[in-house]
Amino acid sequence: MLTPQLVMYEEEVRQIQNVADRLQQDSRSQAILVVDKNGQLIAASGSASELDTTSLSSLVAGNVAATGGIAQLIEEEEFTGQFHEGKGKSVHMTIVGRKMILAVLFDKSTTQGLVKLRVKKASVELESILLEVDKKAASSKNDVFSEITDADIDNLFND
Amino acid sequence: MSFINYSSREINCKLVYYGPGLCGKTTNLQYIYNKTREDAKGKMISLATETERTLFFDFLPLSLGEIRGFRTRFHLYTVPGQVFYDASRKLILKGVDGVCFVADSQLERMEANIESLENLRENLTEQGYELDKLPYCVQYNKRDLPSAVPVEELSELLNPTKVPEYEAIATTGQGVFDTLKALAKQVLQELRKGS
Repeated sequence: MLTPQLVMYEEEVRQIQNVADRLQQDSRSQAILVVDKNGQLIAASGSASELDTTSLSSLVAGNVAATGGIAQLIEEEEFTGQFHEGKGKSVHMTIVGRKMILAVLFDKSTTQGLVKLRVKKASVELESILLEVDKKAASSKNDVFSEITDADIDNLFND
Repeated sequence: MSFINYSSREINCKLVYYGPGLCGKTTNLQYIYNKTREDAKGKMISLATETERTLFFDFLPLSLGEIRGFRTRFHLYTVPGQVFYDASRKLILKGVDGVCFVADSQLERMEANIESLENLRENLTEQGYELDKLPYCVQYNKRDLPSAVPVEELSELLNPTKVPEYEAIATTGQGVFDTLKALAKQVLQELRKGS
């Protein structure tokens, strides 16, 4: 297959979720999103259930991609961190391990300094989990999909 | 790049609608959005200019149902068609699983079609993809307009590799779901091959 897949197993998703939960509490932020650079949501924490996380993930990834494009044009490798400040709410976005984005949504009940500090620690933890994900992906096959039949695929489109 | 999440038992794939300016990419997505039941779709996002031209992308998440216990979700994107938004188009192609080229059937848009198709090839190559190896289909849109070129001619010009091709009138929805289904199927078949 030409396109490399991103495969996440339960163990790693649970670990990422734990990092997100802890970061949300330690940084006193409202919500945490862990998104892959293509806009797929991997984990969410805090008040994320009240948000349209699918749309947010896509826009966060689009935003990071656009900023990455700017970086390339001015011959900068990457802008690893971004901060959008609003009147009430702000968003802090960091690239982790070159392929994930850690987005923190926060309000006045915390400070950008504290968020940045906690994000730094969480990034290190996430990076080591991502290394595990890569290792596992390289060594395992997705047996589920080799069993998919044409009928299974057709059934999806029957309604 | 498809994303397989064993924890939430989900398969996520990214489909991109490509084509020259005003060929009907956004209209395709709008029709799909309007005709899809509430529980199978998310919000449609359009990052557009004040004159409703796509500036960065349109985004529509769709949920198609389950396959072997995995929920299949497709993220549909359009690119901005206007020539000068090339940098944005490149970004949107990142991580693509399948491409639909929407051609404008009108005679006066033939040059724009060819230019856009060449641009698609170039931009994919730049991202490390090859159009001929990707799930890919072509849609000939605006079949209802008086200056529409016969499909045979369009096919010869824009679909030399004879990938699945569909006639469409995106404003009324004709051919829109046929195109989407064909592409989604190809992507799932590719996923099976890769496993």
